[in-house]
Amino acid sequence: MSVGTALPHDAAALHVTGAARFVDDIPAPDRTLSLAFGTSSVAHGRITEMELGDVRAAPGTVAVLTADDLPGANDVSPSVHDEPLLSDGTVHYLGQPLFLVAADTHLAARRAARLGRVGYEELPAILTIDDALTAGSRFEEGPRVYLKGDVDAALAAARHVVEGSVEMGGQEHFYLEGHAALVLPQDSGDMIVHCSSQHPSEIQHKVADALGVPMHAVQVLVRRMGGGFGGKESQANAVAVACAVAASSTGRPCKMRYDRDDDILITGKRHDFRIDYRAGFDDAGRLAGVDFVQYCRCGWAQDLSLPVADRAMLHADNAYLLPAARITSHRLKTNTQSATAFRGFGGPQGMVGIERVMDHGAHHLGMDPLDVRRINFYAAAGRASTGSTSTGPDPAKRTLQTTPYHMPVEDFVLHEMVDELEETSDYRARRAAIAEWNSSSPVLKKGIALTPVKFGISFTLTHLNQAGALVHVYHDGSIHMNHGGTEMGQGLFQKVAQVAASNFCVPLESVKITATDTARVPNTSATAASSGSDINGMAVKSACDQIRERMAAHLAETRQMRPRNVQFRAGRVQVGADEMSFAEAARECYEGRVSLSATGFYQTPRIQWDRIRGKGRPFFYFAYGAAVSEVVLDTLTGENRTLRTDILHDVGASLNPAIDIGQVEGGYVQGAGWLTTEELVWDQKGRLLTHAPSTYKIPACSDRPDIFNVSLWSKGRNAEETIHRSKAVGEPPLMLGISAFLALSDALAACGDPYPALDAPATPERLLNAMNRMRAP
Amino acid sequence: MREIVFLLNGERVELNGVPATRTLLDWLREDRGLTGTKEGCNEGDCGACTVMVSDGTGTRTLNACILFLPQLHGKAVRTVEGVSGPDGSLHPVQKAMVRHHGSQCGFCTPGFVVSMACAHRNGRHDFDVQLAGNLCRCTGYAPIVRAAEEAASEPVPDWIAEDCALSAAVATGFRNGASCMAPESADELAALYAAHPNAVLVAGATDVGLAVTKALQEPDRFLFLGSVQDLKFIDVGPKTVRIGALATFAEVGDMIGDLHPGLGELIRRFGSVQVRNAATVGGNIANGSPVGDSPPALIALGATLHLRRGKDRRDLPLEDFFLDYGVQDRAPGEFVEAVSFPRQADRLRCYKLSKRFDQDISAVCGCFSTRIQAGRVEEARIAFGGMAGIPKRARHVEDALSGQEWSEATIRAVRDAWERDFTPLTDMRASAAYRLDAARNMLMRAFLDDHGADTHVLEIAP
Repeated sequence: MSVGTALPHDAAALHVTGAARFVDDIPAPDRTLSLAFGTSSVAHGRITEMELGDVRAAPGTVAVLTADDLPGANDVSPSVHDEPLLSDGTVHYLGQPLFLVAADTHLAARRAARLGRVGYEELPAILTIDDALTAGSRFEEGPRVYLKGDVDAALAAARHVVEGSVEMGGQEHFYLEGHAALVLPQDSGDMIVHCSSQHPSEIQHKVADALGVPMHAVQVLVRRMGGGFGGKESQANAVAVACAVAASSTGRPCKMRYDRDDDILITGKRHDFRIDYRAGFDDAGRLAGVDFVQYCRCGWAQDLSLPVADRAMLHADNAYLLPAARITSHRLKTNTQSATAFRGFGGPQGMVGIERVMDHGAHHLGMDPLDVRRINFYAAAGRASTGSTSTGPDPAKRTLQTTPYHMPVEDFVLHEMVDELEETSDYRARRAAIAEWNSSSPVLKKGIALTPVKFGISFTLTHLNQAGALVHVYHDGSIHMNHGGTEMGQGLFQKVAQVAASNFCVPLESVKITATDTARVPNTSATAASSGSDINGMAVKSACDQIRERMAAHLAETRQMRPRNVQFRAGRVQVGADEMSFAEAARECYEGRVSLSATGFYQTPRIQWDRIRGKGRPFFYFAYGAAVSEVVLDTLTGENRTLRTDILHDVGASLNPAIDIGQVEGGYVQGAGWLTTEELVWDQKGRLLTHAPSTYKIPACSDRPDIFNVSLWSKGRNAEETIHRSKAVGEPPLMLGISAFLALSDALAACGDPYPALDAPATPERLLNAMNRMRAP
Repeated sequence: MREIVFLLNGERVELNGVPATRTLLDWLREDRGLTGTKEGCNEGDCGACTVMVSDGTGTRTLNACILFLPQLHGKAVRTVEGVSGPDGSLHPVQKAMVRHHGSQCGFCTPGFVVSMACAHRNGRHDFDVQLAGNLCRCTGYAPIVRAAEEAASEPVPDWIAEDCALSAAVATGFRNGASCMAPESADELAALYAAHPNAVLVAGATDVGLAVTKALQEPDRFLFLGSVQDLKFIDVGPKTVRIGALATFAEVGDMIGDLHPGLGELIRRFGSVQVRNAATVGGNIANGSPVGDSPPALIALGATLHLRRGKDRRDLPLEDFFLDYGVQDRAPGEFVEAVSFPRQADRLRCYKLSKRFDQDISAVCGCFSTRIQAGRVEEARIAFGGMAGIPKRARHVEDALSGQEWSEATIRAVRDAWERDFTPLTDMRASAAYRLDAARNMLMRAFLDDHGADTHVLEIAP
């Protein structure tokens, strides 16, 4: 059975030989045009003139399109139609596409796009969180608020109250493959779209609207992406729609790929946040209540900012029971790139808020932060179901084990996991050794932190929790598998192929993995929210089950037996005393006129959610993990390095442990990068200065921890009926990186008495500033 | 018309009439249909376009996105498609990458595979260094390094080993055209450049490459310097170390560590392997960048710059070459021939400060050479990058230190001198205040280093 086996990525051999085709590698037909956007040079303003004569006259230019030339909807928004493909006369951020050039070559298009002469009446640009608050520039009518208990009373009565504020920057996705699309116009006016998108159905929908045609006229194919991380959930719309309108206008195939600088300047990133907090503790470190105010910088268009900000609120508790909580969320509109989905989708930001509170509270109380964390954990699974109470250390204060959004936490496994990790990482002894080391090291200081992750699995927009699949068994026994999930490197295709192969008990080689295709499986959800293998695995299983049942029924009937006497085993099928290969069985069923093709469908059960009231069960289950990071910090410059990280992560019963470990390792490093080296800097005019890898620094090879021990939790098994009891793994490990950030905070704490109050990203400069603040008289 | 001849994955290629600035990457992908080599950033920072280039002196990696076709004349180029054997058999690093799950999305993978195959060929096992120029956003690097380690003990496949020898027979003289010339000696360069002072000099193209790929400049005349053999030298004499303008940082880094370990470490952090294989000392000086890493170190060593125009040569202290931001003391048609510095006992300390250790541009680069006699500062030469519009000496600080006791108290006492030397800028790399703060603290670090304290996070083991 291939489920549970550590098989390589399905395309590994293609990757290492350079044979794996990405969009820009697809051989394009003769006369294919290349496109580039002309973009704005101001952050906010009205266009007073747009002189494009030089653009049209440039060598190689074939067509130049502005908003007036578009055949249908000028809209690439994934939500509220507030995001024109090309500016409609107002400019909302620096880098916004204004016009579109189609030229003979990529280079000719890029050159021509710079020749536009655009005049602006500049308007005041709202760039920062404070700018937006002052101007009242926001999405939704006011802040969203979740309430649990009486937080004001809890804080007033608390023995200890800590308060503060933590800022955290955004994050550029830096998928290695930039956005790209290739659109092939068909004789009927239909369009075939190859693109690098996590959401082919959305591309289909936006292209159809842009052309004014039904969705059936557009077919979207995605074989693989060179990384996505959320950055290709909505942001791929623009290049695909641009190609489609240019192809419609010129009748020629069109391709577009952003140069890296354009990609970073045009597309959205992770939301940056500021979180203000007041938290009350008792002497033992037990939380009495927390008041969070989350300020979320959304950029100029709504995009996915509301669900992102919601998810930040939904993770304001992380792994901790908050007896009383108020979580207030401001979604602020600014003249910057429209912030978008990024692995974790607001969850990481919300989680940094509560982990900061734990760290700050422990510092205030003089306790080991791990002890404060543990005493505040939700009760262990089995000890808490709806209406039951904690059997925690203080029975006198028994509290319902519910989140601030009133969902019971029924599958909490972190007590056991953290116990195990504390032991295997030798946390206590190392903390003591670090204190000793620091006492004799005046310049360099070490720090350590253990942080947990509890991450909610399901789209919070409930209707997205559905998936479809299409499976064919050919009469030679080979199997064609298709589903709505997209492959961005996370190994989804292989995991789901393992599900299909296991279902028929055939070798994995019998299953053909095929490109995501809107013509084969319709109305799909984005491959996002870590849901890929959960929902597509179930949809494929459903399709396979149907075919298998039909095969069993036919094979049994022809032998006058019951279907349950038909056994699929190790590539063969046994029917009573008869035994045949799977191929022979398929052939027999075909000749018996049995349909060997089925669609599968899945909808996630048990979830219902009222996002306005902040009540319900938005998540099917939670994924868990914990990490210990140890760092060393130079107090003269702020330079720092992670020496060792130990991770224990729960993926339930893994579909493919090798792929899952890859997600955990990669997620950790990406999360640590977000909170340390990756800094987005805008100037006072709203120009993003860090628009290339020369200035925006994702972790490099030597930035991974020197010692990096990553384990999947051996007892993991999803309490819910998921595909083979596995758990989602895409996003949760990113938040393990918070341990590196708080280890730096711990190292800072060795430099003086005040709480370090470190902001993210913890660049050397921010670390030195924190030290200077701590040392200030 | 000119003729460029090179080997591509073992096969001879002859090109006529290609534009001088056509990059290898675009040509591979658009003209040859070899799409395994990827464009990740188009500026030499991500390594997705890494190729192997061999000549008689060895095999090295380069970034194809900022590599112009004329630079390949007489070389053997190997792309990811040629890392596998002619019969399709996988290279040991490819097998190991599959076995260790070293690819996820697969887009950076070809570049990693080429870097790994080159390190494998050259017997290099310092993988954090060898792979610093390849960015991966998916894996967190751990499985890639595991793969590299596993493949290290496998033999080098024949098809990789033979490129150096085969390249020797590929081609001779480059045929000069009006817009694209390739002198073969310093004399020839001097004559051509004096006659065409507006020509763009191309050595490693790590800087000019970006002018073409990012600023979309289209200069009309180029002098490619790859064949100017007599400027590729490093002479370590009894009294003087003299480095030819066309010595690459890879070459200098290999040599300098024995003389000045601090500079060796600084060069290890200069760009990436791919960049150091291309970038030259002459280019790093002549482009006058305020954040080039070699000038501060060379100034602290007391370097002299050797300039030439036609037959005229002149020398000047390196620090005097940098006049103002973007302005150097260099006449039209004049070029850097060499830089030299006195042999000296090693006192040099180089501190590079950046957001990321590897392949990052310095926010501040401070280089210190202090001669201490009987506990007092006899001479201090201190130079910084990132603190002004040019690489600049900290003369006020030097003067303030001079003759003083070499102590923490003195370092605190000279605090105010820094602001007389530097008024740094705030930009995306660092704020002015941080730069000043860090520069001051670097002097403290230099002092503490003299006394054996632990001051370098890179030297701390878990």
